[in-house]
Amino acid sequence: MLLIHCPWCGARDEAEFRYGGQAHVDRPPDPNAVDDREWGEYLFVRDNPRGRFSERWVHSAGCRRWFDVVRDTATNEMSAEVPSRSGRR
Amino acid sequence: MTSPNRLDATVRPGRIDRTRRLRFTFDGTELHGHPGDTLASALLAEGRTEVTTSVHRGRPRGIVAADRTEPNALVQLHGDCPEPMLPATRVELRDGLVAESLSGIGWVGDRPDTAVHDKKYVHADVVIVGAGPSGLAAALSAGRSGARVFLVDEQAELGGRLLDGHERIDGAAATDWIARAVRELAEIPEVRVLTRATAVGCYDHDYLLVAEHRTDHLDTVGPHQSQQRLWHVRARRVVLATGAHERPVVFEDNDRPGIMLAAAVRSYLNRHAVLPGRDAVVFTTSDSAYSTALDLLAVGASVPALVDTRPQPPAHLVDQVEAAGGRVHPGSTVISTKGHDRVRGARVTELDEQGCLSGIPYEVDCDLLAVCGGWSPVVHLFGQAGGSLRWDRTAAGFVPESSGTHLPRVIGSARATHDLAGSLAQGLAAGAEAATACGFRIAAPRVPPTSGDRPNSRPRPLWLVPGMTKPPEQWDRHFVDLQRDATVADVWRAIGAGMRSVEHVERYTTISTGQDRGKTSGVNAIGVIADALMVDSPGEVGTTTFRPPYAPVRFALMAGRERGHLHEPVRTTSMHSWHEAAGAEFENVGQWKRPRYYPRPGEDMDAAVQRECRAARTGVAMQDVSTLGRIEIVGSDAPEFLDRVCTSGFAELAVGRARYGMMCGADGMVLDDGVSMRLAADRYLMSTTTGGAAGVLEWLEEWLRTEWSELDVYCTSVTEQWAAVAVVGPRSRDVVARLAPDLDVSSAGFGFMEFRETELYNGIPARISRISFSGELAFEINVARWYGLATWEAVAAAGADHGITPYGAETMHVLRAEKGFVVVGQDTDGTVTPLDLGMDRLVSRHKDFIGKRSFARQDTARTDRKQLVGLLPLERERLLPEGVHLVEPDVPLRPPVPMLGHVTSSYRSAALDRTFALALIRDGRRRIGDVLHAPFEGSSTAVEVTRPVFYDEEGARRDGVEHG
Ligand SMILES: [Zn+2]
Repeated sequence: MLLIHCPWCGARDEAEFRYGGQAHVDRPPDPNAVDDREWGEYLFVRDNPRGRFSERWVHSAGCRRWFDVVRDTATNEMSAEVPSRSGRR
Repeated sequence: MTSPNRLDATVRPGRIDRTRRLRFTFDGTELHGHPGDTLASALLAEGRTEVTTSVHRGRPRGIVAADRTEPNALVQLHGDCPEPMLPATRVELRDGLVAESLSGIGWVGDRPDTAVHDKKYVHADVVIVGAGPSGLAAALSAGRSGARVFLVDEQAELGGRLLDGHERIDGAAATDWIARAVRELAEIPEVRVLTRATAVGCYDHDYLLVAEHRTDHLDTVGPHQSQQRLWHVRARRVVLATGAHERPVVFEDNDRPGIMLAAAVRSYLNRHAVLPGRDAVVFTTSDSAYSTALDLLAVGASVPALVDTRPQPPAHLVDQVEAAGGRVHPGSTVISTKGHDRVRGARVTELDEQGCLSGIPYEVDCDLLAVCGGWSPVVHLFGQAGGSLRWDRTAAGFVPESSGTHLPRVIGSARATHDLAGSLAQGLAAGAEAATACGFRIAAPRVPPTSGDRPNSRPRPLWLVPGMTKPPEQWDRHFVDLQRDATVADVWRAIGAGMRSVEHVERYTTISTGQDRGKTSGVNAIGVIADALMVDSPGEVGTTTFRPPYAPVRFALMAGRERGHLHEPVRTTSMHSWHEAAGAEFENVGQWKRPRYYPRPGEDMDAAVQRECRAARTGVAMQDVSTLGRIEIVGSDAPEFLDRVCTSGFAELAVGRARYGMMCGADGMVLDDGVSMRLAADRYLMSTTTGGAAGVLEWLEEWLRTEWSELDVYCTSVTEQWAAVAVVGPRSRDVVARLAPDLDVSSAGFGFMEFRETELYNGIPARISRISFSGELAFEINVARWYGLATWEAVAAAGADHGITPYGAETMHVLRAEKGFVVVGQDTDGTVTPLDLGMDRLVSRHKDFIGKRSFARQDTARTDRKQLVGLLPLERERLLPEGVHLVEPDVPLRPPVPMLGHVTSSYRSAALDRTFALALIRDGRRRIGDVLHAPFEGSSTAVEVTRPVFYDEEGARRDGVEHG
């Protein structure tokens, strides 16, 4: 059971959250301007590193907010990211 | 009447209460013991050396260990809730205990388990697992800092291995030091000590599961007292002082009763005053078994041979043993045993420098063989937490390798520090360090002086003593795992079959898969594999993965009080009591209880649903639709936001109107659907499916937060704030007219997909909309949740003379399917677009929305995708099972059969007087008019493919009939 630090509520058990996958996946600003290959990558292709990984969580059973954290996928060590608007940087 | 193997109190007092005598029954025989005994120590005291026969080979077996590592003596406890497969070493003796020996397989009771188990969730600064010398020391230094400390130990008493020996701490007996520590810990308010509590799981971020036995040792238990408790502990620092397990050695006939672990013999001797044999051969690879030999000699047993693999054991130990009357055989090994129901003698020979057998074997008579093959640090919890291990050649064991703040700190024997002074020093330091890391600054206290314990000299490890004659493939009486009856021959067969990894060998041979999870066999198996593969050390073979639980946990404990009606929270609508009184059958939709149908006396589901459908199509009927998800979407950008997430346009929707919309994922697949109303220029009320509400809300929030943060929009779940009644059928207008006298209910005054705010005749404020999920004239009356029951009863009263009929979800499903309305999640499965469903007119061409781009993807744009169609079985009464596949009529039914699609919804229709179905079929729209086959239950049913609307395709019934 991970201990996840919600930037709004503090540290809470993983059971209160839902995972949202990789953060900072850029959505093409004009979906119609990209070809099928680029659009397919946006839809389906995600990184899968061993080590630090930026990811989204939502505090479903708490404040209901989405936020980003950096998690080491090998050790599960987590560190906060600035409460973010994660799509575009 | 004393037990034959119980030592006199003047020789060994033991930690038992001789003033009380406990009666117990084992395999039908009445036997006796004392408080402080385990079932195992009492059996040994009573001379029960053989306690079972082995599971596959039927060989006699005896008690081997004194702790949870016991591989043989598994027992079944009788009683109100019989418990199978408990190691006798872990069963505390109580008066009236009834136990039965097991040959590897137990049985569960045939009555429900009435025992109460519960759970506690706690937070602690420092959790210490194990209360031997290092764990107790850590608890003392951490506790003194003021930090919140949680100390757990699986034994009945604190002290660990100190209870088995004669060490001295601070100038007094170690037991005095323990007693002082126990008193001190009891007085520190922030320290909590649990005994009989096993840490079974150690998870990410310092989360532990601890299973505490609270009543097993008591003669009587109160009616509501929980028998076991599962502690969920979130720590800030974890210190593991879990000790070490002694290993046996693998040699021929190493499984006879009377062959025990050396430290277990010493434990029975000193803790329970039990002498398991009179003439003992001690076989060791290191120093620790010398203490066993000395204690045996001290109580009058003989030690005709102390067989030490090391050619030059420490001289002072040899001298002590020989001065007490024992004989040391250095550089030697036991190669086999004789005897049947118990060991009668050991064959001994010399080992040369390479570890090969040499010299002339000779026999030594004995009735006890005490073996020490070395010590394996208990690193299970460390491994579970993600720590990695390395082979320590000097200590001959796997020890923790990695460290870091994300991993527990391991101290004492668990990291192969076996001497007392070292263990105390590590404990005191680790406790202080952990407390300081939690903000409770404290320096490690002085390490008290110790005596009676020696630093260990180097062991000469030995896993496997070769057989004298046959090749290893035939060593089928060299037991590696006693509980699984698995031998060296089994390991060689696995290697011969190509296995190399220890994980594979263990699965192939079943080694370490018993109730004990290989606590005595694991490292030896690795040693035997290393020998077979001719690699240098067990470290090159590696270990298996340590997975929770460390020890078996009852399912009833994991369930705790969350059984029966407490298993899961239940959501009910405000009309629930009415439905129950009306005899409704309910179905679960997520956590909601929703009426499925309302059977009248003598009706089955089919009959009830047919009657309810007829009422809705020909008269008037009512349904509780409160469970639908509702989300209020508010803000100056709410119109723009809804336009972006829904397939149809909402910005241009007028206030006071409602519209059906679908939501797609970015991949263009249908996510959810529902009707949204525009309450004000900046305010919408979106409805979702009952099961999809929570997910849709998260979905909306994700887009607002991560992609469109510039939008001024707020979403609020209001599902629980509303109750709603659907009034459906050609007579529904009459009922609503009576119910809401101020409302113009004519089709001219109140159009389809409009809503009105009004007051019911009884003063209840209501929002009434004209939406229909059945194709009939229908109204939906929404009121505040607390008016739900009153409103429902008012509707029932207003419709009484029209025979208004309550109906459930099953009827709703039939009615909507007759109209070809889909249910997301039933007729769709995450691979279906709105276009596949034929909902092109709901997909706006004028605006972009989530998923629209994906409709143009090559695969999504195919014209032969699976599409929603209707099916009519050629036999009108034949009901297709949902999920059944559809194939071409002439296709041979031999795998692989080319499948065209499957049935998603299938019902009997009162209106059509026949069965019908919806299905997703490849290139379905082009197949309309074709006949396909649905093979099921051994035959094939012919079906005609149709358009998916079966009833009132022109929509004539939507506005009903005007009645003045
Ligand atoms: Zn939160």
